[in-house]
Amino acid sequence: MVEWTEKERSIITSIFSSLDYEDIGPKALCRCLIVYPWTQRYFGAFGNLYNAEAIKSNPNIAAHGVTVLHGLDRAVKNMDNIKATYAELSVLHSEKLHVDPDNFKLLSDCLTIVIAAKLGNGFTPETQAAWQKFLAVVVSALGRQYH
Amino acid sequence: MSDSLLAYHCVSLNRGAGHSSVDIDYTEIMVEWTDKERSTVSAIWEKIDIDVIGPEALARVLIVYPWTERYFATFGDIFSATAVLGNAKVAAHGKVVLKALDSAVNNMDNIKATYNDLSRLHYEKLSVDPDNFKLLADCITIAVACKLKSALNPQAQATWQKFLSVVVEAMSSQYF
Repeated sequence: MVEWTEKERSIITSIFSSLDYEDIGPKALCRCLIVYPWTQRYFGAFGNLYNAEAIKSNPNIAAHGVTVLHGLDRAVKNMDNIKATYAELSVLHSEKLHVDPDNFKLLSDCLTIVIAAKLGNGFTPETQAAWQKFLAVVVSALGRQYH
Repeated sequence: MSDSLLAYHCVSLNRGAGHSSVDIDYTEIMVEWTDKERSTVSAIWEKIDIDVIGPEALARVLIVYPWTERYFATFGDIFSATAVLGNAKVAAHGKVVLKALDSAVNNMDNIKATYNDLSRLHYEKLSVDPDNFKLLADCITIAVACKLKSALNPQAQATWQKFLSVVVEAMSSQYF
């Protein structure tokens, strides 16, 4: 069981309550595709990903970024049982989508950078610690059903 | 192909002559930088206030990855976020560490040789686990992102991370 202090819970819920999903979701996914270009292989059906500008203006990527970010909502609402919460999504990514689980960490790192840029000085070291802990638990849960 | 991918050139120098029966095979790995990447790294570096980002990056490492506290036993109280953020020795050392990146920015074509001595120091004298270099690099990037915000756009982030990963590799080069 992952243990959360009251402080950590409130940091996480506070970040999500003021999150603009339509803005942050696309930004995080675009960043992942640009900074770690091999991840583009998962989006062959999404159209033009030939360069950074194309990725940033691709509506399929933007829509998918929003979907992925909303996927985190479940973890926020079930912080005491993130592992069970993501059992199905983990199976989906493993068996249907064949996503290398290392990529979950890459996306979570890009999301962290986008949040840091948004909050600026508000992304204090303590906030960073809680945020990274939360994402590490999510990443671990998503990788759980592989093999 | 995105220019953020690392390109390696392997140059093999055979130094058989003058070394009797021993053929020494040196393999030099050259990291390639485009003009755009060079100017991106300089532009980011220029915007970084070492006296602010240095302390912040080191503080982040100590707070987010608490096991790193073991390297700073002589620094006094570093056992809570508040203590770390108010610790003068942490701040001073943060500046020292970030200042050392200056050499890499000014020697982008020879980062590995530039950090030979520092790498050896961290291995032989300081006994620092080289995994920690990546943690510090990540915290520097986050501190930069907080400061530059949207100016650290995806392409800039890709270039900056490439630069830091070359530094991290150079710092690990003298281990074993």
